[in-house]
This record gives sequence, structure tokens and C-alpha cells, in this order.
Amino acid sequence: MDFYFGLAQLIGVHTLLGLSAYIVLLTGQVSLAQAGFFAVGAYTAGMLTVLAGWHLVPALGASAMTGAAVACAVGFPALRVKGLMLVIATLAFGEGVRLFFFNFDYQIAKGGIQVGPLGGEGFRQIRFFPENGWETGEVMLFIWVFVAAAMALLWWFDRSRYGTVLRAVGEDELAAQSVGINLTAVKVSAMTVGGAIAGIGGGLYAHYTTHIEHASFSILLATFAIAYPIVGGLRSVFGTLLAVIFVQGILVEGLRFLGDWRNLLFGALIVLAMNLRPSGILGRRRA
Amino acid sequence: MLELRALSRHFGGVRAVDGLDLAVQEGQIFGLIGPNGSGKSTTVNVITGLFPPTSGAIVFRGRDIAGLPTHLRLREGIARTFQNIRLFGQLSVWQNLWVAQNSAQDLAHQGFFARWLGGQRGVREEIGRLLEFSGLAHKRDELAANLAFGEQRRLELARAMAAKPKLLLLDEPAAGMNSEEIGQLRSRILKLRESGVTILLVEHVMELVMGVTDRIAVLNFGQKIAEGTPTEIQAHPAVRKAYLGGEAA
Repeated sequence: MDFYFGLAQLIGVHTLLGLSAYIVLLTGQVSLAQAGFFAVGAYTAGMLTVLAGWHLVPALGASAMTGAAVACAVGFPALRVKGLMLVIATLAFGEGVRLFFFNFDYQIAKGGIQVGPLGGEGFRQIRFFPENGWETGEVMLFIWVFVAAAMALLWWFDRSRYGTVLRAVGEDELAAQSVGINLTAVKVSAMTVGGAIAGIGGGLYAHYTTHIEHASFSILLATFAIAYPIVGGLRSVFGTLLAVIFVQGILVEGLRFLGDWRNLLFGALIVLAMNLRPSGILGRRRA
Repeated sequence: MLELRALSRHFGGVRAVDGLDLAVQEGQIFGLIGPNGSGKSTTVNVITGLFPPTSGAIVFRGRDIAGLPTHLRLREGIARTFQNIRLFGQLSVWQNLWVAQNSAQDLAHQGFFARWLGGQRGVREEIGRLLEFSGLAHKRDELAANLAFGEQRRLELARAMAAKPKLLLLDEPAAGMNSEEIGQLRSRILKLRESGVTILLVEHVMELVMGVTDRIAVLNFGQKIAEGTPTEIQAHPAVRKAYLGGEAA
């Protein structure tokens, strides 16, 4: 049973990551920065619970804020460029974050041992769940409360004028400007909301895996983040959820019996899925 | 209402608009005509802020707006349509009008929460009127991309009107229309003027321009070669020369 709980935790956290890319993708921006915001959230929450002794819930609040703040700061310069240039700019940011944590040491002595991030060694003492006696199933439920909240928030956005404006910008920036939409405000706000969601996802990830290191937040994670809403389609937030289940549950776990051949087939199946349903699993949104 | 003073826009060595002076009075329907490539669309793009002018001033209701970004010029009261229709194709007809409600009045009267995160209830009536005006009420939930060509043109006009403009720039609104549709467009333009909107009409179709405008300016190679009433323009030798070429008079 624990295996399935573990998988559900992973799917939950990756759904948050995918949703953070979903809202940015609605405005037509392909961002590879989401893994960076996820990393910032992971280290923020980890350091607050381990070094400052915070409870996890306020620590996740802080993860959301740091994720949002960094995303907002990245949003202003990055969103001045478009298309491939934006992909490169956000990729560079994500790698920058990873290298920052590769070099980041901040350890203090606690209960006779040194705790905190230690560069390439990572941050290996995140014990909030075991120390407080949480079972795997409880951790999974806790994660899914946040997933459900994030999905409900974005679902609401999608029905509101805000979400419709995001889609309008994604369709045609020139026309959006010409009907009075402030492109910078819209794109930066989407990036900021995405940063907050990714930050919470990162904070949850740090606590259920109990140790994090720079290598966990590589370009592979950034690629997954943007792949989920693309594979799932932009019709609604459920597309992203289905894509995470498809990729993590079926492709990554379900093909494990294939051994080394798995990665090859994994890529091929994603290509096949995109060919069968070019606008995503849930397809295009209908008004 | 709108005054262009020595307005120029160059692209490298090309003088798309070159020292243009133009004054549109409030309540006028002002025509801007000229052969292909004479700088008409560039003029519209510079007025709405899609390109900054190379030099010159754009004065709208007594204020130089040349430094304002596009979305703030709309808030000042300048809306437009595009020569090649630019709707939000994957949004419904209704949503196309919803996202375009960015007038200064709307911003002043709607609270932040109601404006961005509220439902569709508060604005239903006003959008209903726009749908009625453009004859698209029965298509309100259709995706804009699925509309017929003429319907798309009507929706684009309604979308510009959703911003409650004082000045409306129409960039070749009759392109691709048959003469029945041009007739409908004509009565729609006249109805807009009655409601107090000033209109700058960029057009190729003489049937429309000569019928609705109060005053016309003619561009050629980015410069104004003539200005006057439709009757004066039709008789103007420089205009005939620009359109017919050679030494025709």
C-alpha cells in the first residue's frame, strides 16, 4: 500500500508543478523556470522547519511567498522576450537556481548534529513528518489538500474574467494590447501565481522525500513541468492532472518492467500521445 | 479631437509616414485613403501605439499621447479594428467582448474583485446590447474562429465598441465584403457617429468612403497630397494622378 501512497504523493506534487506551468502557458508563455521556483520553495520550507523549528503549514506559506516573489522578479525582465528567447531565458534562470543551491551552505548544530543545506551534498535532515509521527497515507492526504486547493483556485480563475484575459493574451498579444489589456501586468501576475503554486509544491516535495539536493531540480524537472499542461491540454486544469497521472503513473511506473528500454519507450509514447491528440488529452477548450 | 503634428515613422530607410499633419474634429467621420503602401495602416498603428513615432506629436483631446503604451491609449478613448481581423479565435463571441471592457469608466466603477474574479452577471446587460448592435446575439456562445467572415468583422467592431471609445479607428473595415454587407456596415458606422463616436476610416472601397465621410485626407508615399470634402477629393488632380498613375488629370 505504501508504494501507491508514495506514487500518489509524487503525482500530487508534480500536479502542483504542472499547474504552475499551466497558468503561465495560458498566456502563451513556455516557461522552463518552474523547477527553479519549485527548488526555492523546497529549500525555504525545509530550512524553516529544520533550522527555525517552524510548523510545516506556515513554512509552506513562506514557500508560496518566496516562490511568488522570485517569479515576479523573474517575470518582469523575462516576459519582455517571447517564444524561443523566453525558453532560453527561463532555462538559464532554472539552471542558475540549481547552481546556487549547488554552492549554498548554511548549516547549524542542532541536537548534536550539523543540519541544513550543504552544497553538493544537499539538505538531508528534513524530518518534519517522521518526527511528528505522520503515516505515509496521512502525508499523501495532506499533499492532496493543497493539490485540490490549487486546482479549485485555477478552476475559478478559468471561469472568471481574469482567466479569460489570460487566454486572450495567449491567443493574440497584439489584439489584447489593442483592446486595453496591460500585457506586462497580466503576464507577470500569471508568473507570480505560478511561482506561488510551484513554491508550495517544492515545500511539500522537500518534506515527503526528507532530503533534497540540487540535482533534483534539473532541466528534466523543468521539462516535466511544462510537458504536463502541453500533454494535458489547456481546456481545463484536469488536463494537467490527467497528464501527470499518465506520465508518472503509467509511463514512468507502469513501464518499469522494461528496464533500460523504458526511457526510450517513454519518449516514444509521449510523441505518440501528442500525435493522437495534438491539442492535449482533454483537447481544446470549448466555450 | 485628434491632431497629428509632423508625424513620421520610418522603417530603416523607408519613410512609411513622412511629416503628416492631420486634424480630426469631434463628431466627424474622417476618411484616410491612398494607394497600397501609402502609409495608412502605419498611421493607425502609430496612433494606437503599436509603433512609436520616429518624430512628431500625437495630440488627443489636448494631450500628447505619443509616450503612452497601447493599453493606456485605449483607456484615453482610442479603440481600433484591424485590416486582417484579429479576434481571440478560441474564445466565445461573448468572451471576446468581455475581455475588451477596459474603458476608464469600467475601471472606475467596478471593484477590483468584481472586475477580475467576479462572474459574468454584472456585465451581461451591456454585452447584450453590443451583441444586439452587431446582430450576433444568437451566436453568443460560438467560438469566434467558427464565425463567418462578415460576422467576424462585426464582432471585431463590437469588440472595439466594448471599450466605450471616443475615437474609433477602422482599418479597412469593408475589405472582402460584398455590396450588401458594405451597406450594412455603412449604416452601422452612421449609427456609431450618432451615438457620439468620432471615426477615422481607413479604406480602399470608395463606395463606402465617399458615402459616409465628412472629410478625407489622401496619402501617397507617407505624405498627405490632398485634403477636403468627398466632392473636392474626387475632383482633385493630384488624387487622380496618385490613383490612376502617369499624367492623368
